[in-house]
Amino acid sequence: MSVSVKNLILFAVVFAMIPLIAQFQGWNAALFVLNMGLISAIMALGVNLQWGFAGLFNVGIMGFVALGGLAAVLVGMPVTPGAWQAGGFGIVASLFLGALTIGIAIIVAGRMAKGWTRSLAVFGILVVGFLVYRGLFDPSVEAVESIEPALTGYLGGLGLPVILAWPVGGLLAAGAAWIIGKTALGLRSDYLAIATLGIAEIIIAILKNEDWLSRGVKNVVGVPRPVPYEINLQNDPVFVERAAGFGVDAVTASTIYVKLLYCGLFAFVLVLLLWLAQQALNSPWGRMMRAIRDNEVAAEAMGKDVTARHLQVFILGSAICGIAGAMMTTLDGQLTPGTYQPLRFTFLVWVMVIVGGSGNNLGAVLGGLLIYLMWDQGETIGLQVMEWITAGMPDGSGVKAHLIESAAHMRLLTIGVLLLLVLRFSPRGLIPER
Amino acid sequence: MMDLLNAIVALSNFVIIPAMAYGSQLALGALGVTLIYGILRFSNFAHGDTMAFGAMVTVLVTWLFQSWGVSLGPLPTALLALPFGILGCMALVLTTDRVVYRFYRAQKAKPVIFVIVSLGVTFVLNGLVRFIIGPDDQRFLDGERFIISARTFREMTGLREGLAFKTTQGITILTAVIVVALLFWFLNRTRTGKSMRAYSDNEDLALLSGINPERVVMITWLIVAGLATIAGVLYGLDKSFKPFTYFQLLLPIFASAIVGGLGNPLGAIAGGFVIAFSEVTVTYAWKKVVTYVVPESMAPDTLVQLLSTDYKLAVSFVILLIVLLVKPTGLFSGKAV
Repeated sequence: MSVSVKNLILFAVVFAMIPLIAQFQGWNAALFVLNMGLISAIMALGVNLQWGFAGLFNVGIMGFVALGGLAAVLVGMPVTPGAWQAGGFGIVASLFLGALTIGIAIIVAGRMAKGWTRSLAVFGILVVGFLVYRGLFDPSVEAVESIEPALTGYLGGLGLPVILAWPVGGLLAAGAAWIIGKTALGLRSDYLAIATLGIAEIIIAILKNEDWLSRGVKNVVGVPRPVPYEINLQNDPVFVERAAGFGVDAVTASTIYVKLLYCGLFAFVLVLLLWLAQQALNSPWGRMMRAIRDNEVAAEAMGKDVTARHLQVFILGSAICGIAGAMMTTLDGQLTPGTYQPLRFTFLVWVMVIVGGSGNNLGAVLGGLLIYLMWDQGETIGLQVMEWITAGMPDGSGVKAHLIESAAHMRLLTIGVLLLLVLRFSPRGLIPER
Repeated sequence: MMDLLNAIVALSNFVIIPAMAYGSQLALGALGVTLIYGILRFSNFAHGDTMAFGAMVTVLVTWLFQSWGVSLGPLPTALLALPFGILGCMALVLTTDRVVYRFYRAQKAKPVIFVIVSLGVTFVLNGLVRFIIGPDDQRFLDGERFIISARTFREMTGLREGLAFKTTQGITILTAVIVVALLFWFLNRTRTGKSMRAYSDNEDLALLSGINPERVVMITWLIVAGLATIAGVLYGLDKSFKPFTYFQLLLPIFASAIVGGLGNPLGAIAGGFVIAFSEVTVTYAWKKVVTYVVPESMAPDTLVQLLSTDYKLAVSFVILLIVLLVKPTGLFSGKAV
C-alpha cells in the first residue's frame, strides 16, 4: 500500500466519523465537532511548524490562542461610547509611557559604564517612569470601568468586520512570541519551555483581571459574526422557502446553514495555511530548518544563523496559533478568559501533533481532527463507560456517585496515557515524516 | 518611635513571615526540580503534580486519622500522616520511573524528549489526583491555628499593630530548616550522597569509578518524592489543597531553581527566597507601613500596591526573564547542558 493511499484511508476514516456522530447526535452537533476540529487542525499546524520543523518546545500555546481571542474582541466589538474620551487615551498614553520608560532604561544601561552609578540611574528611571505610569493609568482605568459596568465597562473594539481579527490575532501572538523568543531562544531548550509556560499563564491572568481590556471574568459576549444570524435567516422568506424545498424546517436549516458557512471559511484558512506550510517544508528554507533541527552544530558550521532562524519559525508558529484562537472566539461568539486551561489548549494540541506525526503537515492536520473528535466524544463515552461500570453498584452508594462525578477527569487521564503510549511505541505518529 | 515599631510589626506580619513560609515551600520544591535536573538531566514538568499527589495521599490519611480520633494535640494531624504521604509518593515516582522514564534513559534520548514525556506524566497525574480527590479545595488543617495570635500580641506589647504567627508558618519554616540540613548532610557527608554529586558532576567518570547509575537514579527519585510531598503538604496546610494550584506552582518553582542555577541545591534555596520575597513585596499594599513611617501630612491615600495580587505569577516570570537575559546560568552558576 503506497503512502498516499494509506493517508487517504486515514483521512477518510476520520471524516466518516462526522456522519456517524450526526446519526446519534444530529447534524448540528456533528458540524460543530467538525468546525472545532478544523480549528484544532490549524493550531496543530502551528505547533508542527515549531516542533516538527525546528524542534522548538513551546508549552504556551494557550496564551497565543487567548491572544487571538482577544483580537476578535478588539477588532470586532463596537466601540463603547464615551470610553475613549473617559480614559481610553489615558490608558494608551500610559502604556506608551511605560514602554518608553523601559526603552530609555535599556538605552541608558547600554550607554553608561558598568558600576553603581549605572545601576542607580537605571533604577531611578524605572521608579520615576513607574510612578508617572501608574499616576496616569489608574484613574483612566477607573473611568473606563465605571461606564455601565454591567454591560460594558471596557474600551470595546474597533467595530470592524470580525474576519479582520484573524490576521490581527496572528500579529498579536507573533508580538508575544517575539518577546519570548528574544530572551529564551539561543539558551538551553528547557528554558524556552518554562518561559512559554509562564507567558501563557500571564496572558490569561491579564485577560482575567484587566477589565478595561477584555471585561475580565465578566466575559465579552455577542462578538459579531462573519456569517448571518440564524434568527435573520428564519425571518427571511426566501430562505424558508428554499429550506422547505429540501424538506427541512427553517430552524434546523438555519443552524446547519450557518455552521456550513463557518465550515467553509475555516476549511479555506486551513487549506491556505496547509499549502503554505507544505511549500515552506519543501523549499530550501524548510530543508535548512530540518537540518538545524537534526544537527545544530553542523548547521551553524555551514553558516546558518541558528538563533535567528529559530526566532523566525517560533514567531510564525505562534502566529498561526493566534489565528486559530481568533477563529475560535469568532465561532463561539464570546471571549471567556476563565475557560482557557493549559490542559485543553496547550497539552491537547501537543497530543494532536505527536499522534498525527510530527514533522508532517498532513499528519498534524489529521491529528488535529482526530484528537479533537476523541476529546469531544470522550466526555459522553466516558460517562457511559462509568455508568456501565457502576451499573452493578447499589444506587446512592458514595463510590458510585464519586465515580460518575469523576468521569469528566477520566479523559485527561486517557489522553495523557495515549500520549505516553504513542511516544513510546510509535514516536513518529500516524503519518510519519518523509 | 512607637510608629516605627508599629511599622516594623506590620511589615513582619504581612511581608516577612508570609514570605519566609512561602520561600521555604518554594525552596523545597525547587530542590526537587534541581536534583532531578542535576542527576537525570531534564526539567521535570511533573514536579508540581508530584507534589499534589504526595499531598493528596497525606490528606486522605489525615482524614482517616481524624475519623479515628487520632490527633497530635496542638499540631496538625497532617504531620502524622506525612510519612505515609511520602511513602505513597515514593511508590508513585518509582513506578513512573520504571514504566516511563527508564526506557528513554536506556535510549539516551534528548533532554527535550524527557521534558515532553514528563508533560505526559503531568497530565496523567493531574487526572489521577482529580479523579481520586476531585478538583475542589480540600481542608485538612486542624490543631491550634496560631502560635501567637494578633490579639495576644497586641495585649502583650501594647502596640496598635498585631503580629500573627500561624502554626503552619512556624511548622513550614522549621521543617524546611530540618529537611535542608538533612539533605546537605546526606549530599556532603555520606557515601551515597557523594556518589550522587559525582554522578551529577561527570557521568562518565562516575561510571568508571564503579558507581551504579540505576541506584543513584533511584535514590534521587526517593529524595525528590520526599521533598515534593513535604513541600506539597506544607503549602496545602498554609494555603489550602487544590490540585490545580500545584500545576501553577510550577512557574515560581522553576523560576527559583533557575534563578539559583539549575542543578545547584544551594542556589535552589536562595532562589526560592528571592522569588518569594519579590512576589510578596511587589504585590503587598504598602499603605499601612508607609502611613506609620512618613509624617501624617504625607500619608498616602492609595494602596501603594505595585501590582495586584492576581499578577503574582508575573513577578516570578519577570525575574526569570531578567536572570535569563543577564546571567543564564543563575546566581550560583548552575550547569548548562
